[in-house]
Amino acid sequence: MVKSILLLLVQRLALGLLSLFAVSVIIFLAVGLLPGDIAQAMLGQAATDETVAAFRAQLGLDQPPLMRFMQWIGNFLQGDLGVSLANQREISELVGARLGNTLTLAAMAALVSVPLALLLGMLAALYRNSWFDRALNTSALSAVSFPEFFVAYILIMIFSVKLGWFPSISNLAPDASFAEVFERSVLPVATLSLVVIAQMMRMTRAALINLLASPYIEMARLKGISQARIIFRHALPNALAPIVNVVALNLAYLVVGVVVVEVVFVYPGLGQLLVDSVAKRDIPVVQACSLIFAATYVVLNTLADVLAIASNPRLMHPKG
Amino acid sequence: MTRLFKELYRAPLSAQFGFLVIIVYVLLAVLAPVLAPFGETEIVGDGFAPWGGDFLLGTDNLGRDMFSRLIYGARNTVGIAFAATLLAFLIGGLAGLVAALKSGWVDQGLSRLVDILMAIPQLIFALLILSVVGTTATSLVLVIALLDATRVFRLTRAVAMNVVVQDFVEAARLRGEGLWWLATREVLPNTAAPLIAEFGLRFCFVFLFISALSFLGLGIQPPTADWGSMVRDNAVLITFGNVTPLLPALAVAVLTVGVNFVVDWMLHKSSGLKG
Repeated sequence: MVKSILLLLVQRLALGLLSLFAVSVIIFLAVGLLPGDIAQAMLGQAATDETVAAFRAQLGLDQPPLMRFMQWIGNFLQGDLGVSLANQREISELVGARLGNTLTLAAMAALVSVPLALLLGMLAALYRNSWFDRALNTSALSAVSFPEFFVAYILIMIFSVKLGWFPSISNLAPDASFAEVFERSVLPVATLSLVVIAQMMRMTRAALINLLASPYIEMARLKGISQARIIFRHALPNALAPIVNVVALNLAYLVVGVVVVEVVFVYPGLGQLLVDSVAKRDIPVVQACSLIFAATYVVLNTLADVLAIASNPRLMHPKG
Repeated sequence: MTRLFKELYRAPLSAQFGFLVIIVYVLLAVLAPVLAPFGETEIVGDGFAPWGGDFLLGTDNLGRDMFSRLIYGARNTVGIAFAATLLAFLIGGLAGLVAALKSGWVDQGLSRLVDILMAIPQLIFALLILSVVGTTATSLVLVIALLDATRVFRLTRAVAMNVVVQDFVEAARLRGEGLWWLATREVLPNTAAPLIAEFGLRFCFVFLFISALSFLGLGIQPPTADWGSMVRDNAVLITFGNVTPLLPALAVAVLTVGVNFVVDWMLHKSSGLKG
């Protein structure tokens, strides 16, 4: 029995590794869509052939693609992300602190949103079709429909302009104290949480309602077991797999969703760097940021599946 | 048509509101040049003029009429989102139908390709490609259509799989019908309900996605009036407690809410779920 689970887990992990590899290949190849190549694009039309050739050699573009890919990914794994085309700085330098900031922001949002969403989802499922459930559902549907920047600006409007409680910009000084970091992160975290809570809550509610309709729950009710025992002993263990999955998927979303929020609040994170670099067409930086974002996303998605497999009671006790 | 009206009459308030919103937006988009008092890119006054007077909602940072640009935004933002969604459905839907009908290595090949494309977060993928090919309206539509086609493919394939195994499809195969006939005459009509609902949801995603890209300055490019970039251009006003920059964002939100309400009602109806 444990063997079959192990096999599933190993398969899923292998698939995760394979997608990581595929993702890195795609990110590497995307540059190939450029008319001409990166050297031509950087130097512009006016450059002479010799300059372009020299620049190409400097970037290592005269090597065959396979060699370049191996070198790029090899360097990447050793922490050498290359050099920015815009300002010739080491990309790892640019990325370093920002990655920490972005992960902090996403982690804080997760800490706020996961417990809240699970609680609301369970309550909505328990009291389904009551006014509480309807109100929650309608507001969740609206929150999902709002663009993130809309939510962000409404929060700014209320809490920073009208009430003056929090700053509207979250530019952190490197030596900022913890209190300062916290104060400046409240609004970005709130924005991210609102968007994610709505989704997680809806999915938790749906998973639980499906379950509460199943015959064995009705049987438990008919036996006269208390409501709390039905939820915690009978429903929750079976709802765990979908809920864990929902949480991990939303965490993956969080890591990417920070991009817009960071731009609104001028938060010095990886998303901001990515957007700036796309505007400047600083392709090595875009590649590095994309790979970091995509890798985090793949890892979290893989984690979601692994946890779903591991927490599925049916796999623990397979028939036959 | 009368059946639709009857259904609508009995529909919940939220769905009726959704339909109303959609109709208003479509009218705005079609009649934009008639309704807008000023041109889309016409500079008519000083920057950041207040509400009232000649300019109903004031002017933007460059002195263009906010109200006119809001109306033209319905045409540009909604139009591009609609085009991208339509293209996504053409590509993804057809590929999904073919994968379900052909099965075997065609299905395997397409499915694995989609798996790989879906492993990269959409926003990151779009930013990567747009940074390489540049942000024009055409590349925007193509990139987003391709990325969303993967999601459409998954759903179409899953739904079509259930139809393909049924007897009438087998009968059509035995009659010697070709792939095109099987896809469009046999399978497609029987997968229409979930696909239409998915179209609504997908449109919302694409619409929010394009607004987000435009807001980041990487979507629809100036001077085209577009709701995402209008928020960005005038965001300074928010720090002075002025709500004008929020209006385009509100326009995005209202349409998305409207479409979501309609889709929610349709899904509810087609699933036969009560409660």
